Amino acid sequence: MKQGFFTVQANVKLTDSVYKMVLLGDTSAIERPGQFVNIKLDGLFLRRPISVCDYEEGKLTIIYKVVGVGTEKMSKMIGGEKLDILTGLGNGYFTDFSGDKPLLVGGGVGVPPLYHLAKCLIKEGKNPTVVIGFNTISEIFGKEDFEKLGVKVLVATVDGSFGIKGFVTDAIAQVEDYSYVYTCGPEPMLKAVYNATTTSGEYSFEERMGCGFGACMGCSCKTKYANKRICKDGPVLVKEEIIW
Amino acid sequence: MVNTKVSLCGVELTNPVVPASGTFGFGYEFNDIYDINILGAISIKGTTKEARFGNALPRIAECTSGLINSIGLQNPGIDAVIEKEIPRLRQVYRKPIISNISGFSIEEYVECCEKINKVDDVDIIEVNISCPNVHNGGMSFGTLPENAEAVTKAVKKVTTKPVFIKLTPNVTDIVSIAKACEQGGADGISLINTSQGMRVDLKTRKPVIANKIGGFSGRAIFPIAMKMVYQVYEAVKLPIMGIGGVATAEDVIEMMMAGATAVQVGAENLVNPYACKDIIEALPNVMEKYKINDLNEIIGVAHK
Repeated sequence: MKQGFFTVQANVKLTDSVYKMVLLGDTSAIERPGQFVNIKLDGLFLRRPISVCDYEEGKLTIIYKVVGVGTEKMSKMIGGEKLDILTGLGNGYFTDFSGDKPLLVGGGVGVPPLYHLAKCLIKEGKNPTVVIGFNTISEIFGKEDFEKLGVKVLVATVDGSFGIKGFVTDAIAQVEDYSYVYTCGPEPMLKAVYNATTTSGEYSFEERMGCGFGACMGCSCKTKYANKRICKDGPVLVKEEIIW
Repeated sequence: MVNTKVSLCGVELTNPVVPASGTFGFGYEFNDIYDINILGAISIKGTTKEARFGNALPRIAECTSGLINSIGLQNPGIDAVIEKEIPRLRQVYRKPIISNISGFSIEEYVECCEKINKVDDVDIIEVNISCPNVHNGGMSFGTLPENAEAVTKAVKKVTTKPVFIKLTPNVTDIVSIAKACEQGGADGISLINTSQGMRVDLKTRKPVIANKIGGFSGRAIFPIAMKMVYQVYEAVKLPIMGIGGVATAEDVIEMMMAGATAVQVGAENLVNPYACKDIIEALPNVMEKYKINDLNEIIGVAHK
């Protein structure tokens, strides 16, 4: 974990409620995909945890949905603002166990952390397939970014306005072969993926947090082996430890 | 060179800054981000007889200048704290350890305090009497003087280390509670615990926190804590650890002027993990600014 100041370089609207923010600052504490950052905003007491979509030296990209006062404030930023951010939070995804054909499944704002993961897996010579799900066509984002990486992307929309009609699990049914599952999204989706897939995998959870670095026990959950803090011991849990 | 050293019942603190129980875990994880040996002492996570998972989630709600929490005393239980957590803290930390004990019956407080009293690495026992008494309709021990005195007396019988009683502010008369603790033999008073609070989510039209109500802490409660430290200092002869909304070195000095010998930093640790370090580093400069050579000179000075 590291605390630092980042400058907003760009803040672009992707859909009605989803924004992509590029920040410049020290990213050296970010170790792997699936970790998150915790952002201090003027006038708010608690920081706002947001997953890392992509990062490189000196540059951080996050994609967030406006869901409350914090993300609303972020959405109004025009560039040049300085933000106090804690980086390198959470365990993140481990690429070691992925096998050759990992399946990446994201729903809504669960999609962003899979982007840097896909990049890492490709760099390691693996061949990921990406399944992303949204409610409707106007909510879709990220499809082209994954395609530019050269991976196969399946899109599911609940109302059938684009791609496969139905849930991510309907799209997963069309994937012939996969070696491991990486997923992030709302909990009902995670559970559906858990039941619909046959391999092991890593599941990234979302929870209301206090501190974001393990001090307050605000986001604890039970697993088969121990109580875990989503912010510090998670947000990624392996399939075998999840109680469902 | 200014003097920041203070003493709590013979336990020497190199400075009065102590992370408050429940906001700093068992301490050692913070050593990954700074050397925790700069701290005056650490009050470790509140401990009960048995391991507890705590309350349902969500447990946290944002508020203006603070937060509401309803963790529900999640902890691994007294035996695991003694066998694993305290030794793990001791590996990286040489300064005083304050063990915070909670209970749901007098018997539980006694059993935990008896056990923790035998641990050499523990310097001070801080007894949290804000918990509901399961034998008394769930009413908090800390809300009636006779109950506060009864817990204090029972705990003092089985301990030799200094015992600080940590008081809840959710009472009609904090002074009568503090006096009852003194009467019961307490060595010091820690105050305040969180103030009760609640939020409702406009979208769901339901309480934000699963437990509906929780404890409000953060900068917003600083004046409430100040008032109670001030009142209790006048009423009892015991050293006070002031707690509530402390976020800066100026706050530490202000609370000491009201009567605190040491000051705990709580909610601020959750938004600024370096809060205690920042305060400790700023303290000598702020002391010089206000012409304070020795912090001991200002304890309770606002009463003169």
